[in-house]
Amino acid sequence: MDIQLKRGLLDVCVLTAIKKEDSYGYKIIKDLKPYITLSESTLYTILKRLETGGLLTVKTAEHNGRLRKYYHITKAGVQRLEEFKAEWQEMVSIYRFVTKEDNEDE
Amino acid sequence: MNKQEFLRRLQQGLAPLPPEQQNEHLAFYSEMIDDRLEDGLSEEEAVAAIGSPEEIAAQILANTPLSQVNAEQSKPRRGLKTWEIVLLAVCSPIWVPLLIAAASVIFSLFAVLWSLIITLWAVGISLVAGTFAGIAAAVLFIVQGHGLTGLAMLGTGLICAGLSVFLFFGCVAASKGGVRLVKKAFTSVKRRLAGKGTVQ
Repeated sequence: MDIQLKRGLLDVCVLTAIKKEDSYGYKIIKDLKPYITLSESTLYTILKRLETGGLLTVKTAEHNGRLRKYYHITKAGVQRLEEFKAEWQEMVSIYRFVTKEDNEDE
Repeated sequence: MNKQEFLRRLQQGLAPLPPEQQNEHLAFYSEMIDDRLEDGLSEEEAVAAIGSPEEIAAQILANTPLSQVNAEQSKPRRGLKTWEIVLLAVCSPIWVPLLIAAASVIFSLFAVLWSLIITLWAVGISLVAGTFAGIAAAVLFIVQGHGLTGLAMLGTGLICAGLSVFLFFGCVAASKGGVRLVKKAFTSVKRRLAGKGTVQ
């Protein structure tokens, strides 16, 4: 898959995983497992990228006597998801156009 | 491998990164292992699920912009060290006059060479002038009735002509040689300044 496209999809997946409520690293990986397998190092890179881009914020909270980082989606993050949905509509119609051409050829 | 061992090996792999970045990565993986333990995995299983610390470190380093990797490791070690620059500055009263002296010696050698070449040309030109003068004088003397003197003048003029033709080739050869020498000197200076550059 095109690296740029894959990167965008991964961003959207992680944003979706923290959209309903703040989440933490291991939970994000577990929640996404049915859809996409993320390694820890990949997740770290995505989280860093989203944080730098202002799509999520990080806060450290205590959990069971140790520290855990929680990720919180920002307004820009929610907006990114909306944009993704709109873009995907476009992609779907392009996909239909491309496959229709295929069918007519046969 | 237990958690302690995993984190120790990961930290070793991340050594080129600044300490605060190392700690951030270590905290991230430490949290991942702890969450797996809480999820019911054994320490061995939790660590195994994450993977080899060396591979992870290599991946992290590959994803880190070069500017953040330890300068000691990424920057090529060349150029003058501080003490070398200081030494150069301190010794400048010695090496600057020496350099100027060497340059002026080389310059005077070139000046001598070129004045020799110019002299050759001057001789050649005066021989050409002598040719014309001799012929003119011969005509004048013959017209005035001094036939023998006129003949002598003509002979002198012809000798000048012969010598000037002869010298002309010598002058051209000397000039070409001089130009070639200057070019060679310039390129060698350029090459030395540019290090091992590819100046022709």
